Amino acid sequence: MKKQTRKLAMTLVVALSLGSFGNMAAFGQGVQSLRGAGIVGNDPAPASFRVAPDGPPIPRDYVQQPPLIPHKIEGYEVTKNFNKCMDCHSWSRYQEFKATKVSLTHFKDRDGGELSNISPRRYFCMQCHIPQTDAKPLIDNTFRRAEGLR
Amino acid sequence: MTQDNNKDRGRFWVRLRRIALGGLGLAFVAGIVFWGGFNTVMEMTNQESFCTSCHEMKENVFEEYRNTIHYQNRTGVRATCPDCHVPKEWGPKIVRKIQASNEVWHHLFGSIDTPEKFDAKRMQLAQNEWQRMKANDSRECRNCHNFEYFDYSVQGRRSNAAHQAGLADDKTCIDCHKGIAHSLPPIEQEIGAGREAVAPDVFHPPAATKPQ
Repeated sequence: MKKQTRKLAMTLVVALSLGSFGNMAAFGQGVQSLRGAGIVGNDPAPASFRVAPDGPPIPRDYVQQPPLIPHKIEGYEVTKNFNKCMDCHSWSRYQEFKATKVSLTHFKDRDGGELSNISPRRYFCMQCHIPQTDAKPLIDNTFRRAEGLR
Repeated sequence: MTQDNNKDRGRFWVRLRRIALGGLGLAFVAGIVFWGGFNTVMEMTNQESFCTSCHEMKENVFEEYRNTIHYQNRTGVRATCPDCHVPKEWGPKIVRKIQASNEVWHHLFGSIDTPEKFDAKRMQLAQNEWQRMKANDSRECRNCHNFEYFDYSVQGRRSNAAHQAGLADDKTCIDCHKGIAHSLPPIEQEIGAGREAVAPDVFHPPAATKPQ
């Protein structure tokens, strides 16, 4: 009985692995991504989109969302020498430019110490904050803004 | 006898006049050739291909410049190195060209012939150029951008406000538009550890107080 069960289990494992590996190629070719492109091929070339013109702050869709950038950032230098974003959004400069000031949550260094300006670990703004283009969503979806933000 | 004497004297003057005229003509032609040659050589050194023929320029500033709007843009109108770095007017151009002969020395010494050496000197080089443009009221910018012809109605919200406020404060282009064609040197922004950097009031000069 024990032996039989073990044999059965082994057969099952072999059959399953053979089956799945055998069908792998067909599996890859048959599946389409939600965006319409095949999994294996290249993505279709992006169409040309315009960055939304300079405008007021864009409302958030969920509370933890990093605020979006409501202006063009083409050619902005963010290097170890200079951070163009902080040239307007730092606390020492936002009033002059009527810009949004950078959040206080960015002032904490990795040891939990409070700094008087952004922490170096928050230096690369565009890791989280991005501008918007006039591109339409790639697939229809039923996403709705979080309840507290409607 | 007296007639012969008179004849000789006449011939002498004719000959002298011929020599003088010929000499003048020769000097005139030589002048054209010399001036033309001088100007041709000077204009040759006023081309982007000449500027980027040394790797100091080609591998550092020119590479950075290729990503900016003055190199490539939607209408294809572009500025070359001398459009910004060499005055168009003859007098200032000669002065700048004589100053630039110093750069030949530094090319021979190899002062900035690697990206590392260039970056080490970037602060000094950038500030030299900022001072030059500040002193001449951004003359080379104004060869193309004339603020008297600004149409504020088609400028963006922020540029519209900034241009009008800046011009009212007697600011000049370079006061705000630094690092538009090349990467910037370290600018002090009080982020992270301290370092040698350009002071904030050099990068953003305070508004000049106008005499009342």
